[in-house]
Parts: sequence; C-alpha cells; structure tokens
Amino acid sequence: MKVINELKFSFPAQSCNERIARMCVTSFISEFDPSVSELAEIKTAVSEAVTNSIVHGYRNRSGKIDVQVRAYDDKTVYIRITDHGCGIGDVEKAMEPLYTSAPEEERAGLGFAVMESFMDKVKVKSELGKGTTVTLCRKLVSADSIIHNQQERNCGR
Amino acid sequence: MPVTIDTDGSTLTAHIQGEIDHHSAAEIRRMIDLEADKQHPSVLVLDFGEVTFMDSSGIGLVMGRYKLAKTYGGKVSVTNASAQIKKVMKLAGLERLASIE
Repeated sequence: MKVINELKFSFPAQSCNERIARMCVTSFISEFDPSVSELAEIKTAVSEAVTNSIVHGYRNRSGKIDVQVRAYDDKTVYIRITDHGCGIGDVEKAMEPLYTSAPEEERAGLGFAVMESFMDKVKVKSELGKGTTVTLCRKLVSADSIIHNQQERNCGR
Repeated sequence: MPVTIDTDGSTLTAHIQGEIDHHSAAEIRRMIDLEADKQHPSVLVLDFGEVTFMDSSGIGLVMGRYKLAKTYGGKVSVTNASAQIKKVMKLAGLERLASIE
C-alpha cells in the first residue's frame, strides 16, 4: 500500500474548531471522489472524535489537537486524531453505546457507536495523563477514477 | 439565528438551521427551551429541513427535548430530516422516543 497524499494540521481544542476540523478532512477526501454518503459518514465520524477530545480529553480546558489524514493507493483513507489530554482509563467502557461521562452536557454517549458504524475500523490508543489517539479507517468504494488521475499526475512529475 | 420558532395552537415548531454539532447545540437548545418552557406545547416539532449536518450532538438535542416535553406531558416530533440525518437518528434508536417523519 502506497501513500498517495497526506494532510496534517493542528488546532486549539475549542468547540468552534469542530466544524473547521471536519471541513478540512472532507476537503482533502473530496479529491478522491467519494460518494455523498461516504463523505457525510466520514465527516460525522471525524466530528465525533474531535468533539470527544474537546469535551473529554481536555474537559473544555485548553490544549492542542493534531489530525493526520492519509490516502492510500488502494482507496483507503486513514484519519488519526490525537489529543494530549487526560486519557481514557477504560477504553472498552468508553466505547460502550450510551455510556457518557458528561451527561450534564446532553452528550448521548454515542460518539464511538457513530464512529464504529460509519467507519470500517476504529482504533483507540489511550494513556491516562498522556492523551488519546483515535484512528479511523474507511475504504472508498467509488474512488477509482480520481486515484488513477492522481497517480497519472504524480507520474508526470 | 440557528432556530426560528412558530406556534400554532398547542404545537410549537422549531425550525433548526445549519449544522448541529457540540458547538452549535448549546445555543439551539437554549432557544428551543426558552419557548418550550413558556408554552408547554402538547407537540414540539423539531424541523430538520434546513439542517445540513448533524453528529451525535443532535441525538442529545432530541433526547433532551424529549425529556423536557415529558415533564409536562408533551410529545416530540422530528420532521424533514435528510437520509443522512435519519441514519444517525436510527443508530441511536430515537424513533422510540420521538416520531420521525
């Protein structure tokens, strides 16, 4: 599997940046001609992961979130969202549908459930006091043409 | 203004506009509750016709309004949600709490 394009960006953990983060990721992925529902599902999953970092990782305190997006030549997209916040003590528990540690904010406890149902793979690496990295993976099934175009462009360089 | 509100008899309709995420949900919630608390409508209609994006914060928003309506014996109804938004709502089983059209 070869990486054909990559995007990295960081932003302060403020809720106004949830929108900007998902827009950046969807702009990058749009280049690979995803279907409308693929794009909407990836956008939703990214929004969930970034919101988790802001609400739970940093508990609405200041901090930085790093995002790395990679597109591979087999039409797979990987999105890695990293915070340097408090970490998750029990990842399995945190991933249970309807579990939330912030009910007062009307969090439904479905962030991970949404990520898991909209992405092919969701990997969570977390260490207490150090932070959390969520990796989302999705294979685009409708992306042939653009990836070929991109490869042709790359060969032409 | 992310929400405009119409009242028709005992029905209160909240037309929500734009994107619903953790950031925008607080203001949307505040605007709906301000009117719902005053009027105690028998049906609170949440019109998603102009919602362009929703993550699980939207689920929290519907669940929270359901809980509020229940305190005074009202019902919640969701209308005009796009296929994508319905997909997120179904994932949460929201159709058990509110009618989704």
